[in-house]
Amino acid sequence: MTNLKIGENTYTCDSEETVLDSLLRQDVDISYACKKGTCHSCMVRCIDGQPPVESQGDLKDTLKSQNYFLACLCIPNLDMTIRLPEQSELYSEGKVVANEMLNRNTILLIVECRDILEYKAGQFVNLQRQDGLTRSYSIANTPQQSKTLEFHIRRLPGGQFSEWVHDQLKVGDTVAVSEPKGHCFYIPERKEQGILLVGTGSGLAPLVGILTDALEHGHSGPIHLFHGSREKEDLYRVDEMRALSEKHPNFSYTPCISGVDVPSGFKKGRANTVALETISDLKGWRVFLCGHPNMISEMKTQVFLKGVSIADIYTDAFLVSTET
Amino acid sequence: MSESKSESLFDKIGGEAAVDAAVELFYRKVLADHRINRFFDNTNMEEQAAKQKAFLTMAFGGPNNYSGQDMREGHAHLVKRGLDDSHFDAVMEHLEATLVELNVPADLIAEVAAIAESTRADVLGK
Repeated sequence: MTNLKIGENTYTCDSEETVLDSLLRQDVDISYACKKGTCHSCMVRCIDGQPPVESQGDLKDTLKSQNYFLACLCIPNLDMTIRLPEQSELYSEGKVVANEMLNRNTILLIVECRDILEYKAGQFVNLQRQDGLTRSYSIANTPQQSKTLEFHIRRLPGGQFSEWVHDQLKVGDTVAVSEPKGHCFYIPERKEQGILLVGTGSGLAPLVGILTDALEHGHSGPIHLFHGSREKEDLYRVDEMRALSEKHPNFSYTPCISGVDVPSGFKKGRANTVALETISDLKGWRVFLCGHPNMISEMKTQVFLKGVSIADIYTDAFLVSTET
Repeated sequence: MSESKSESLFDKIGGEAAVDAAVELFYRKVLADHRINRFFDNTNMEEQAAKQKAFLTMAFGGPNNYSGQDMREGHAHLVKRGLDDSHFDAVMEHLEATLVELNVPADLIAEVAAIAESTRADVLGK
């Protein structure tokens, strides 16, 4: 028999019993459906070590590396401390150390906070103002190296949070930072694999983080970044990306403009369309899609049809809060 | 001879590894087929792939919880939208093509096809 610890409570798990059956038996409110590892409804996280390998089923590598597992497949051999998805999140205090405009509407915000090594480039966090107003932003740098978190925050007309960040938040001010979330990040495995990065607008943020992480890990396969927006003025870091592609022969960068005015050095068309036209065979590639939700759902199907395995497609859809 | 080695279809075909190899090939064919892809909601590809995996496991003679009643209820909304024999035939085509691509022997393909075929009436709500 083993013990399962969730928050303040401890539950017992019999020797042949799965974590899911044990928790259901003890009236823990946990979501589940198929009970055989297919639907992933009962995915939970082990926060004091690695869960048994077989309990991770066919989860994405990025989830496995964070010790997520399927409660229905897990017969524990050791005591475990488990985090259920609906448990309330923890915030730590972040301090703004720099802010500067990246283009006419997007600001770079650099924040220092606790437990920095837990955060991975490409994941997202919730940032919270003192009055509780909360928005999600992606991590645009590799926190392990710089010891800070970087965010690209686009000003949305009428957007309460983004306007506050742009107009009022100053260096030295504090903002609450949640734990890292999401599974859109780089894993240093299969380094010869091709990587396709496609983003719109400030969807560049997680992609730049992932790109930096991959290059720092010595990823040797081809890496293509396609960044798109309607007008040139809404792209950013164009010169930096070009310089990076000169420095790293396996990295290529294509800025795309979907509007009418397309200066030389930029491709005409949507970033996802240009990417599909440029790379004909994506079999075996790893793909990261960030930005507009419609672009992502359309592109996800397209890259799958071009041979990318579902487990190799990572997405981060930027949803605009309806209450703005 | 008491230890009969009568391997099940699921074992002969390669078990769960065979399902894993087949699921994306199969789903890709279905999604690319304009005759039927409107019946396969692709807004959540992970969930849809999981459904395909459950279906293939059943068709390969593997462990499953499908009942005829589930099949009926699960497809009733599609029958309302016009799902008929021609669409079922198209799915059968892709299933067989997937197995051929994976070099599954013809006699086993026939067994899989027969299991899948046995769900036709329930799927189409006949």
